[in-house]
Amino acid sequence: MLDDFFTRAILAGMGVALVAGPLGCFIVWRRLAYFGDTLSHAALLGVALAFLFEINITLAVFGVSACVSIALLLLQRRGTLSSDALLGLLAHSALALGLVALAFMTWIRMDLMGFLFGDILAVSKLDIAIIWLGGAVVLGILTLIWRPLFAATINRELAEAEGMNPERVNIIFMLLMAAVIAISMKIVGVLLITAMLIIPAATARRFSSGPEQMALLAAVIGSAAVIGGLFGSLEWDTPAGPSIVVAALFLFILSLFPVYSRRKTQTVEPVKSANEPQKGTRS
Amino acid sequence: MIIRKPFISFMLHKPDSLATLDNAGIHRAGRWLVRGVNLAIEPEEIVTLIGPNGSGKSTTAKMALGILKPDEGVVQRRAGLKVSYVPQKLAVDWTLPLTVRRFMRLTGHVSVDAAESAMASTGVSHLADAEVRTLSGGEFQRVMLARAVARKPDLLVLDEPVQGVDFSGEIELYDLIKRIRDEMHCGILLISHDLHVVMAATDRVICLNGHVCCSGTPTAVASSAEYKALFGARAASTLAVYEHHHDHTHLPDGRVQHGDGSITEHCHPEDGHHHHPGSEGRSDA
Repeated sequence: MLDDFFTRAILAGMGVALVAGPLGCFIVWRRLAYFGDTLSHAALLGVALAFLFEINITLAVFGVSACVSIALLLLQRRGTLSSDALLGLLAHSALALGLVALAFMTWIRMDLMGFLFGDILAVSKLDIAIIWLGGAVVLGILTLIWRPLFAATINRELAEAEGMNPERVNIIFMLLMAAVIAISMKIVGVLLITAMLIIPAATARRFSSGPEQMALLAAVIGSAAVIGGLFGSLEWDTPAGPSIVVAALFLFILSLFPVYSRRKTQTVEPVKSANEPQKGTRS
Repeated sequence: MIIRKPFISFMLHKPDSLATLDNAGIHRAGRWLVRGVNLAIEPEEIVTLIGPNGSGKSTTAKMALGILKPDEGVVQRRAGLKVSYVPQKLAVDWTLPLTVRRFMRLTGHVSVDAAESAMASTGVSHLADAEVRTLSGGEFQRVMLARAVARKPDLLVLDEPVQGVDFSGEIELYDLIKRIRDEMHCGILLISHDLHVVMAATDRVICLNGHVCCSGTPTAVASSAEYKALFGARAASTLAVYEHHHDHTHLPDGRVQHGDGSITEHCHPEDGHHHHPGSEGRSDA
């Protein structure tokens, strides 16, 4: 079964989607979309280093992403530049460094497009093993830190006052992000990883009444996007990675339509705006 | 401004104190946010922190909670102390689906019974399935209290629990806080944003202004020279009158018995019952 490149692609894509969904929820809740971008841009530097030192690409990308995460934490603590400026600085410096480093290695002939937009149709059995094993580890750790991570997402000081360690779970979460970037780079590529994290989570929001439900739903929606995108790419001969993202976008747009009448009554505009002023008095 | 040492000294380092601050201070960006704070919270005691904006109320509470490490002095908490914290601000974004029921077990396991009875005691049982972000200011404060109570804490820290709540709601919330103390037997550290209405059940008021300006029972603080110097005589008089439960009693025949035992035909304007919301002295002095 695994001999068929298309089956391998679906398995690899679903493995990534199942991990990206729950993690993507935290990216959305914590407004870290740009952070995801930064890590994925830095991934290209990881690719260059992997070629230079002849090490495993996934491992090198994880290493570089983790270093960028830590660098961000340290720079944020100095508090001289705002977080978004720091993210921009790190993202594009790492991307540019990666491209320059690759250009120096004239003895390597590589397909840059494959890294930018993914090469899901070329995944090997080893890639699938890395994705599913790595994904299981990431999801396992996420389950372990779920409660403190979620509490710190709601209110960091509240979590800390009630005996949790938000600093530690934040670092663990950043490392999980780095791991997901590393294993999903081959599937959708450096430029589109953030989409796989954010779009399924954003789609799941409409149909969720609890955080755990939203995480599960995001994983399911992401998997559906992978399957839909790959079949679409086969049908219309479009690039696989971007097709998956387009399928996810399609599902998101579908979710905007009031399919269930019960949901519709809950999300009509006036209700929302009526609550806005009261929110203000609280802060 | 007259600044003197605290006129009541605390018995520090008592072994059963929930939390103790000894000469604690926080230094940020070249200045002391608060310094030289001595304070101990005993079991079943309600301690209220008051003071003008920027006087270090929240900072002091965060030191007691362990969120901020003191740059000077010592903060101690009893070993194994279970704390519940109701922060001043808590914004739940639209992207976060969170029902009241789920919010109850945010930071730890809470049994269904404990959550239900906590919601019932703060009067939010009917909101159990509502999304947190759709609640009004008053409802949300009650939900936050319910969550804090459901944990069955030894120490409950409330940062401005009555903000965004109207005056009658404020009195109700204060009654509720007193009931929580009486039923749960926990110590309560309360930060009050309102200089004039300090809940009657407070055992001790600590008035901060970058340091402990004065402390003691609500009446003692209101009549202290330091408090008057800081907030003015009018604020002091309104602070005192909220102790109306103890000030005077309305007798069945309409006459009024005052705290000193004298009986008059009607209330005097300076009596506690004449504290009206939105009128004199309610704006921060």
